[in-house]
Amino acid sequence: MALVKFSNVGLRYSTGPEVLHDISFELKPGSFHFLTGPSGAGKTTFLKLCYADLLATTGRVAAFGQDAREMDRDDIARLRRRIGVVHQDCRFLDHLPVAENVALPLTVSGRDASAEADNLLDLLGWVGLSEQTGALPPQLSGGERQRAALARAVIMDPEIVIADEPTGNIDWDMSLRLLTLLVELNRMGKTILVATHDLNLIRAAKQQVAARVLRIRNRGIQLAGADL
Amino acid sequence: MSLGGDILGVLRGDRRAGRVVPPTGYTASLTVFTAAAMAFLAVFALALSLATGRLAERWGSELAGSATVRISAPAGQVEAQVQAAERVLRTTPGIALVRVLDAAEQRALLEPWFGPDLPVDALPVPQLIDVVEDGQGYDAEGLRLRLAAEAPGAVLDDHSRWRRPLVRAAERLRMLGMVSILLIASATAAMITLAANAALAANAQVIGVLRLVGARDVYIARAFVRRFTLRALTGASAGTVLGMAAVAILPRASAEGGFLTGLGFQGWHWLWPLAIPPLAAVVAFWATRVAAFRSLRELT
Repeated sequence: MALVKFSNVGLRYSTGPEVLHDISFELKPGSFHFLTGPSGAGKTTFLKLCYADLLATTGRVAAFGQDAREMDRDDIARLRRRIGVVHQDCRFLDHLPVAENVALPLTVSGRDASAEADNLLDLLGWVGLSEQTGALPPQLSGGERQRAALARAVIMDPEIVIADEPTGNIDWDMSLRLLTLLVELNRMGKTILVATHDLNLIRAAKQQVAARVLRIRNRGIQLAGADL
Repeated sequence: MSLGGDILGVLRGDRRAGRVVPPTGYTASLTVFTAAAMAFLAVFALALSLATGRLAERWGSELAGSATVRISAPAGQVEAQVQAAERVLRTTPGIALVRVLDAAEQRALLEPWFGPDLPVDALPVPQLIDVVEDGQGYDAEGLRLRLAAEAPGAVLDDHSRWRRPLVRAAERLRMLGMVSILLIASATAAMITLAANAALAANAQVIGVLRLVGARDVYIARAFVRRFTLRALTGASAGTVLGMAAVAILPRASAEGGFLTGLGFQGWHWLWPLAIPPLAAVVAFWATRVAAFRSLRELT
């Protein structure tokens, strides 16, 4: 069964023109997808449809078998515990130290973050932030912020990890380091969906994992060919 | 929306939930100050309401059971008319006590106006008869007719002419005090709602992050509800203590001072103001909760 399924999905903002049109797509368990296309093509919109931050204007989006339109606000909250999201701007609570930001999904879901301190430290070690646990987000570099955001996205052990332009603000070495983490997650069984316009990153990924590349063009979505 | 969970959350406290919303600085002090000021005013409104209630009750009960018969007659007929009126009164059903005031008592009544050396006997002062009714009361109109027939100089004054407006005025003052308390509670709710809305709007980004990582509305709302409830409780407690202290140092009730010196709490009525802080907390709880859920639906 597809974890996320788009069926003839279209989306327009308010009364504006359609941003996405008649998109059908299935996100299978354990898959690794890149979503590419020029800026403004609708990549972020597509991702937001996946985690019910937006609702389709036409067609149907189902996540874990449930129609997004039929979800109430609590259902959406529960859905977001199963889908970890990494944004380009990371979106931290700047008044909380890194460790508390990373543990935020545990905190808001009512789980005792202190009881999972070992897991938290392991996770921070895995993303290379063991030394920055007490730092505030504004004190981190771009790469550190992205890795902290990734750690926050996976701390609830979600089935899907979505990353929106995760390497947009970091240098190439750091991009590769982040990619390695995403590939490791995929090998651990996570389903990965990464929106990026960085074709070099996609090429680097394809050397490590069987990633499929989707391209948004003319408001629709198509599987990219061997040109990538 | 788990109301029970919300209430427990406020009472028990959740340090982590409280920490997800950044501290708000001086606006927190403003909320506490406003709650304190409102509670201070509420104490006075309560004092006014209780004092006027006592006044209305006293005027009503003291005067309702008594009446006065005033006999004005030419000098030679006063004694005969007093005896006639006394006879009528003693045979009237519903009257428990009839007492003719002596010269000393009449002098005492006039003393505040004319001084202690008033020669009552030399003045054409009407003779007064004090009448106290029993539990069933008497027929005032029937008594007036009988007095007119037996003692034409006798006038029955059952105090209703001036008692009713006084009692009505006292009751309206009491009502005014209660309306003031309601207005203060409403103003507190409005103030908390405004402050909560401002806090929610200022923290829209924080709320967005919390929703993104899977926080339910009830979790986010709880962080704000707890904060504003505790501020209202703290401010209202301080305001209530100050208000009670201010009421305590008001002059004590005295006959000379009249109504104004009785504007305070008596006996167990001192317990009433203690209800103000928890009520302020309840008002803040509801106002913030409603504002939070409405804002959350609009913000995310």
